[in-house]
Amino acid sequence: MTNTEKSPVLPLPAPLARPLAAAGAVVTIASAFMSWTWTSDFPGDLTVYGYPAGLQVITLVVAAVALVFLLAGYGVRGLARINPSGSDNTAALFALGTFVVVWFTVIAIAVDLGGLVNVDPGGFVAAVGALLLAVGALALPLDRRPAEPALRGTAALGRALRFLRLAKPAARPAAPSGAVADRLAITVGTALGLVVFTYGIGIDNDDSETFIGYAIAVGFAAWALVHAGLLDRYARISARHRGFAATLAFAAAAVFPFTQSDDHNANVGVNILIFATVALGLNIVVGLTGLLDLGYVAFLGVGAYAAALVSGSEYSPISGAQFPFWAAALTGMAASLAFGVLIGAPTLRLRGDYLAIVTLGFGEIFRIAVNSLDGDSGPNITRGPNGITQIPDLNIFGFNLGEPHQIAGFTLGRFANYMFLMLIVTAIVVLVYTRAADSRIGRSWIAIREDETAATAMGINGFRVKLIAFALGASLAGLAGAVMAHVNYSVNPQPYQFAGAAPPNSAFLLAAVVLGGMGTVSGPLLGASILYLVPEKLQFLQNYELLAFGIALVLLMRFRPEGIIADRRRKLEFHETDQLDVPAQKTLTDEPAATRAGA
Amino acid sequence: MTTPVLEARDVTMRFGGLTAVRSVDITVNSGEIVGLIGPNGAGKTTFFNCLTGLYVPTEGTVSFRGKVLPPKPHLVTQAGIARTFQNIRLFANMTVLENVLVGRHTRTKEGLWSALLRGPGFKKAEAESEAKAMELLEFVGLAGKREHLARNLPYGEQRKLEIARALASEPGLLLLDEPTAGMNPQETRATEELVFSIRDKGVAVLVIEHDMRFIFNLCDRVAVLVQGEKLVEGTSEVVQADERVVAAYLGEPFEGDPGEAEAAEVAAAEAAAGSGGAESAGTKGEAQ
Repeated sequence: MTNTEKSPVLPLPAPLARPLAAAGAVVTIASAFMSWTWTSDFPGDLTVYGYPAGLQVITLVVAAVALVFLLAGYGVRGLARINPSGSDNTAALFALGTFVVVWFTVIAIAVDLGGLVNVDPGGFVAAVGALLLAVGALALPLDRRPAEPALRGTAALGRALRFLRLAKPAARPAAPSGAVADRLAITVGTALGLVVFTYGIGIDNDDSETFIGYAIAVGFAAWALVHAGLLDRYARISARHRGFAATLAFAAAAVFPFTQSDDHNANVGVNILIFATVALGLNIVVGLTGLLDLGYVAFLGVGAYAAALVSGSEYSPISGAQFPFWAAALTGMAASLAFGVLIGAPTLRLRGDYLAIVTLGFGEIFRIAVNSLDGDSGPNITRGPNGITQIPDLNIFGFNLGEPHQIAGFTLGRFANYMFLMLIVTAIVVLVYTRAADSRIGRSWIAIREDETAATAMGINGFRVKLIAFALGASLAGLAGAVMAHVNYSVNPQPYQFAGAAPPNSAFLLAAVVLGGMGTVSGPLLGASILYLVPEKLQFLQNYELLAFGIALVLLMRFRPEGIIADRRRKLEFHETDQLDVPAQKTLTDEPAATRAGA
Repeated sequence: MTTPVLEARDVTMRFGGLTAVRSVDITVNSGEIVGLIGPNGAGKTTFFNCLTGLYVPTEGTVSFRGKVLPPKPHLVTQAGIARTFQNIRLFANMTVLENVLVGRHTRTKEGLWSALLRGPGFKKAEAESEAKAMELLEFVGLAGKREHLARNLPYGEQRKLEIARALASEPGLLLLDEPTAGMNPQETRATEELVFSIRDKGVAVLVIEHDMRFIFNLCDRVAVLVQGEKLVEGTSEVVQADERVVAAYLGEPFEGDPGEAEAAEVAAAEAAAGSGGAESAGTKGEAQ
């Protein structure tokens, strides 16, 4: 462990810091109720007095949380519980988050509308308040790494992070908590997660500025909660009550459609679920078994096309066949399974990168083949680029998923219905993943990933075990594809490519797994949500989107190579100094410490 | 009454033009510890790889308990031969317990379906495997570290874990490839005890080692491999007394007086090349 010291970033008189920050927070909160700009042209309509909107709400929330953590530093009774580490880093990071959000907003108003003249007094009040908040908070005694005498060969970004030199405070021993308190904590955490997620998904697609502000706020909040020690504690608690936490997470996802008045957001929800489920299937292949599959989206496509062919659509060459859902899903799975075995059998005998190249080829062949099977250049099976359209809605036990239904006074539209169906599919995939991973077969997958020679010397039939992983991953993607065909009314070759600007495609799926955290369950789910929402909400990126993702991934690999959610193993793999069972070593370089600050 | 466990007959391994192992015969009887020694590059590990199916011998057969072994590593393990590696090959990012559980792979049958359905049979098999694994960890003295990652164990314990993992497949024969490499004398001594207690469990052992004291303390018989050929096989006394073995390790004893002319020639050459050549020749001899 690197040693830390308590010191302020900015040298101000110590007694002044906290009142200054608190005053800044109050001013910022008050400013959220004022008008920030005169015109409603700026996304979110920040013109109304007494009624915060868009970025103002985000500012309000973050500043209020910063204020609460500042007050916790005064030793207010009951507030110590929310900041287990007892460090002022939490307040400082929330303060910084507020500052960045507010100044981003003001600058965005000035740039979007053409000049500072468009900023109303409320905007200036907010800017000053946030500045005071940030300055005051940075003058608090923070947990920091000691200054280093020389900065050798550091990039500008590293230098900026080193300026703050914030270090994660050492965790204090947690008081034992009862099962009821634990479950309550999980419930609160899940509910908060649902609120935050729902807010993000509810931001209008044209309000890119609001979404950026939201992303900044969430990023800083996550960083702050890590420093508060809350995330660690939450992870420990939910690991203790895994079944409860998982059930609650699914309950929260099921509640989501009820919170939406508009079916559009349920559509986003169901697409995120499809994407996340496929990413989880890929995680079996990539994360557990260590096989690089660059054409995984083709298995989703195989499942979708197979289900579309038997859906009863009049454009399907076998339009007479209309399978019930369970049969269509099994057809999709079986088709993907068959292709998985077909691709896997010849290549999985080899080691290394051959599989990556073959799967890359298979992905492209699939897309080109379905494009060509249009009756002109081949038999008419897929109707080429037109795809199979007008796929009838599913009808499960007399419940037509295509029609809106009234449940307890809430109107649930078509996409909400499909979201419930997809939730069941996701739950099945999560169950398959966790059960398979924690078993004899899962251990042999990990053993193959770790050292194939040693694994075979332990009696593991490498080819067979790898083929099972590959086929299982393929059939789970096929299952998701079968639902996807019905959700989207149609299937066409366009989404099933290696890389594109929007999910799902193979590169995005792989990125979701790596970004979220290989070998975990929640990692790919979270990674997929982020990778789906960001392109959806930041439409202005368009052609630069892939570039932005590339940069984001490079930064991620530099600062948190194990992904957002770290597998227990990977965490130990990449951050050697975090281990408890090796003696603390003074590192020669500052790498691990910088990594922690970046996390 | 001893019965042969492992019979290697006439094993030859060629890589292109290079013959790494040439018609080697080795028999290991039940309850026996057999050593395999030889200078570096003599083909010991190649021979091991032939026995365990990592290499398919160019000629010759390997049979285990009277049956010819199939040339696939996992089938060899299934048949009852387990091994460790010269450079430790643990599953670094799995816990100590998981490493041993992987070793149980061949002795359990639960496939994907049983893992997904989690019937009573699955739970019973998992509990049984874990009990067996813990028993083995107790045996090698690592029970207290079951939740540690294998990569975090100190070197000596990694060696022990590799042995425990190999034993988890319930082998009839254990192949140890330099189990004491890099160990201090105390650790070597402990490993010796460990190998004896493995033998007492009824597992025959074939061990490659460079530590002569270790080998001659431990083994009932020792075979010497030099340049891919078996030079001699027998008890420690026989091997230690054999001149060819001494020659292989220490070089040919110096015979005859060099003629005056030759001596002068050597002196001239040394003067030209400086003392470096002579020194390196000297250290080379010692190392062997």
